[in-house]
Amino acid sequence: MRIALFVTCVNDTLYPGTGRAVVRLLRRLGHEVDFPAAQTCCGQMHFNTGYRADAAPLARRFADTFDDYEAVVVPSGSCAAMIRDWYPTLGVEPPTGVYELSEFLVDVLGVTDVGAYFPHTVTYHPTCHSLRMLKVGDRPLRLLRAVRGIDLVELPGAEECCGFGGTFALKNADVSAAMGADKVAAVRRTGAEVLCAADNSCLAHIGGALTRRRAGVRALHLAEILAATEGDAR
Amino acid sequence: MTGSMPTYLGMPSFPEAAREAVGDTLLRRNLAHATGTIRARRAEAVAELPDWERLRGSARQIKDHTLAHLGHYLRLLEERVTGAGGTVHWAADAAEANAIVAALVEATGETEVVKVKSMATQEIGLNEALAEAGITAYETDLAELIVQLGDDRPSHILVPAIHRNRAEIRDIFRRAMPDAPAGLSDSPAELAEAARRHLRAKFLSARVAVSGANFAVAETGTLVVLESEGNGRMCLTLPRTLITVMGIEKLVPTFADLEVFLQLLPRSSTAERMNPYTSMWTGATEGQDFHLVLLDNGRTDVLADEVGRQALRCIRCSACLNVCPVYERAGGHAYGSPYPGPIGAILSPQLRGVGSKVDASLPYASTLCGACFEACPVAIDIPEVLVELRARAVESARHPLTDAAMAAAGWTLRSPARLALAQRAAGRFRRLTPRRLPGPLRAWTDTRDIPRPPPESFRAWWERTDGGRRP
Ligand code: SF4
Repeated sequence: MRIALFVTCVNDTLYPGTGRAVVRLLRRLGHEVDFPAAQTCCGQMHFNTGYRADAAPLARRFADTFDDYEAVVVPSGSCAAMIRDWYPTLGVEPPTGVYELSEFLVDVLGVTDVGAYFPHTVTYHPTCHSLRMLKVGDRPLRLLRAVRGIDLVELPGAEECCGFGGTFALKNADVSAAMGADKVAAVRRTGAEVLCAADNSCLAHIGGALTRRRAGVRALHLAEILAATEGDAR
Repeated sequence: MTGSMPTYLGMPSFPEAAREAVGDTLLRRNLAHATGTIRARRAEAVAELPDWERLRGSARQIKDHTLAHLGHYLRLLEERVTGAGGTVHWAADAAEANAIVAALVEATGETEVVKVKSMATQEIGLNEALAEAGITAYETDLAELIVQLGDDRPSHILVPAIHRNRAEIRDIFRRAMPDAPAGLSDSPAELAEAARRHLRAKFLSARVAVSGANFAVAETGTLVVLESEGNGRMCLTLPRTLITVMGIEKLVPTFADLEVFLQLLPRSSTAERMNPYTSMWTGATEGQDFHLVLLDNGRTDVLADEVGRQALRCIRCSACLNVCPVYERAGGHAYGSPYPGPIGAILSPQLRGVGSKVDASLPYASTLCGACFEACPVAIDIPEVLVELRARAVESARHPLTDAAMAAAGWTLRSPARLALAQRAAGRFRRLTPRRLPGPLRAWTDTRDIPRPPPESFRAWWERTDGGRRP
């Protein structure tokens, strides 16, 4: 199977550790991935803010870049949803095998135990687009439950939006901050040390609010927990 | 033609109004409590029906079919209502509808009307228009009465006084209800009793009633009103003249179609299996004059819009408000219209256009989390319409700051080489990452840290190590 990684512009630029984790994880499971260097961004930010003329060339670039692959793995629920659900409205046919990471692992590779070891208390926030657009269901939780050493605790009000919403965080900063504060409170009630999600943009928002409060909770992408093994220091 | 909502002129933009609301601790607490409770109950009520998704699909189909043949069904309705002794009036906008209702009331010689809770009459500002004509309108829905006595505005479709708690309601009654008992407490039973006595007198004396309608059945000419208190039924039956103002999208073709909506609406709106008071009437019933005012007020514009027209499927259940995290924190008033929450965010700018501050800001009053779409019993894809409205805003006007930022980002992202260059620059200056960002970006750093750029981007790492195969 020819597998490509679409790392996403946010991960590429700000969270390269997430991309490296996907590569390491898939390699451990016996699969090599390509990183086509022509990739940039799925166009979601432009599209959601109404800038379709800027989103369209990015969508076309994505389609051209990944057309030849049987599977494209995307470590971001909202980017995967953008590609699968919204590209057709821009007149771009998305490549057929685009999967969010947990979908790829569970549905395509058929694994839930990826051989990870992560001895920390973790709570999971199911981001809105993974939940309601991709409908990934409990796939991420099944993957996390199989991780050795993990203490997985339930997040109260987990399905409620964290308040990020892309440019919403700037345009409606007060409501965004109010929603973020409630999400932070829910995270802290769990007593978790690590907040996990499958989308680093939501994690930038919640995680940024957590560190601003010196909350003693760190945000970590699902891929990085699944890639962790006994050999790792943390 | 573009609609208008005369009583909502000059509202501040959504973010401005929401800033106030977010800081109002009592409002936040009232809303969180009220929406949290109804949200949980609705989820249970919906989960009881194994065929919920199919009901939703049917509702959507029935509404879409009706909207596609609206002219036909409206003419049929007019024919049936007229045939049953009612009179049908057509109103292109708020001013016309208000003038029609005022003239009808004046013709009876009365100066007071009782009202059944109605969204359409709020939309057109009927109470204010009647007041100008020397006619006093009395709201008889309990929550609507609280809003009216408090000289306030509704903040929720179903529970217009959701932003008030019982202590505030007691204060409003004591202040503005002339026949409120001395020493009225804030117990719900006492408050309801006070309102009941106050209203009973109005029902018995009123000779004209004004209502809205939840549905109208084209094939039979039957009007349908759903309510929970029975006050509506008193208004509909006791007065000698009944005037119903209804948006033209409230039609269903056949009586059998009601079967679908009478299951969906109560569960979605009050989390009840069955609605307590469902009143139906066809034309003029014995001893009563009946007038039906069919209101456009921007609806035909919405109908002409391929993406936006789905908003006309709305049955005003308010499920989307109750599940909306933005509504829960900003409250209903911030939406500057009788239609708050997600449905208001797509309906008001479509009905009124985007000429005002609040209407221009409403399409952005959402994180696109999709909770509204998931809850909506007629499957209105609210995020889709929001994004569509945003795209139109970008196409129709310049927004210097955002346009420039988006253009710069677009230019960078259209080329891997330019993206790599930007990443290298960010990495080089990472130590300088400020705690506070300047300009509009301050909105982020006011409450959140920004991630510090890594020394090396993913693509740089991939190139340097051949995807981790070289150290
Ligand atoms: S948009 Fe849907 S959920 Fe919201 S009030 Fe209308 S019918 Fe109910």
